[in-house]
Formats: sequence, C-alpha cells, structure tokens
Amino acid sequence: MNQITSAIQIIPLEYYIVLSVTLFSIGVMGVLFRRNIIAILMCLELMFNSVNLLLTAFSAYHSDPAGQVFVFFIMIVAAAEVAVGLSIVVMMKRNVESVDINLLNRLKW
Amino acid sequence: MIFLFFMLSAIMVISALFVVFSKSPINNVIFLIICFIAMAGHYILLNAQFLAVVHIIVYTGAIMVLFLFVIMLLNLNKAIIPQKSKLTRIMAVITGGIFFLVLLAATRQTFEIHARYPFTSEIGLVSNVGKTLFHEFLLPFELSSVLFLSAMVGAVMFGKKDHPNDDD
Repeated sequence: MNQITSAIQIIPLEYYIVLSVTLFSIGVMGVLFRRNIIAILMCLELMFNSVNLLLTAFSAYHSDPAGQVFVFFIMIVAAAEVAVGLSIVVMMKRNVESVDINLLNRLKW
Repeated sequence: MIFLFFMLSAIMVISALFVVFSKSPINNVIFLIICFIAMAGHYILLNAQFLAVVHIIVYTGAIMVLFLFVIMLLNLNKAIIPQKSKLTRIMAVITGGIFFLVLLAATRQTFEIHARYPFTSEIGLVSNVGKTLFHEFLLPFELSSVLFLSAMVGAVMFGKKDHPNDDD
C-alpha cells in the first residue's frame, strides 16, 4: 500500500498531461480517419477517457475528491450517450442498410 | 513505479492506435478493452481505487459489451465499408499530429500548480468519494437519474420499428 500511495509523488503531473493529450489526439485522428460509425463512436469513447484520466490525475495531485466525483458523472453521461448512439446506429442500419457515415450526408448541404 | 507508468502508457497508446487503424470492428472493440484495462491500472496508480473498479465495471463490462452486442446483432464483422480516400486519410493523420503538437505546446506554457489541500493518499477510497458525492453533489446525482431515464426513453424510441402507415 505504501508503495502505491507514493507513486503519484514520483511521477510528475506533466507525464499525465502528455499521455492524455496523446490519447485525445489519437481519438480526433480516428474520428477523421474512419467511415464506420461504430468505430467513430469508439474513438469518441477514447477521447472521453483521456479527459477522465486527466481529471483524475489533477484530483489526485490536489488531494481533492471533487475531481473524481466529476469523472463519475462523466462516466454516467458516457453510458447514456453510448446507449442513444448505438440505438441510432441500429436505426441507421435498418433504414439505409449500412453503417457508412458518407451515406448520411443530407445535413451537410 | 515509473516503469509501471511507462508500461501502462505504452499499452494504452499502442492499443489506441490499433483501435484507429485496425479494420475489423471486433478487433477495434478488443483493442479498446485492452486500452481501458490499462487505464484502470493508471487509476490504481493515482490512488483512485473506486474509479478503477467503476471503470472496469461500466466501461469494459457494460459499454464495450453493448458495442460487441450491436456489432454481432447487425452482423458487421466483415470490413465491407471502403476506407476513405488516401488523401483524406493522410490529411486525417496530419491533422491529428498537428492537433497533438498544438495541445502539447499549449500545455508547455502552463505555470506550476500548487496543491490546494495537503497530500492524503485516501481521497480515492469509496468512503471519501461517497461523502463528497452525497454531500456536495447530491442534486447533480439525482438529476443524472433523470438523464438516464430520458436516455432510456430515447433509445427505445429510436430502436422502435416505425410503421409507414402510421401518420400520427
């Protein structure tokens, strides 16, 4: 236990910032890269989680539990968002027989 | 300890890259689960034990299974969707890289942050998080139940088959 509790005093906060920025950029890249709407939703989850990790890191370094409660709320919102998003995917597959986002371009013009 | 941090980070970044670049949706889900388990390890390193458990249960237990369920239900395992054009893909990678550099440069300029409270290692335990959740954040916690209810109603409404003859 003592070894684990000392971990955040060894690792600088900047490392967590760099890690979160890396994951968030990978998520942004995935949203731009893929055409499958399910893969895009997964990249969205990746971005959510990088933000969660950064909030937890700041909360741990400040010794303030409010940040972790906030991460808990973000998880709640993410769960609701995934449920609605996947039902939209099911509806899209039923109506246009595909999960390709390039078929849903009516709102573009 | 710092070795553990770098190992978990490497697992996370590599599996996140596989999520983006692997073609089959099932492989994407598997790599995302690996990424999330490594992230639970990070939470334990940060003394956020409650969040680590909730992360495993909610994300890898519920959300990823929901993804797998939809993929199997819709029979999407074959990578039938053509990829974007090569130019668009290259531009996506360049945009992601530039975004990374800009965010990194922005965080380089931050000033040093001093902790608000003296260091305690027990803030992530269930009792402390629960006390904060039910004292300061009681109203948002109750409101999140309304959010869940509306999400459930919305999901059921989207998932319902609409009949072409119904005009109401």
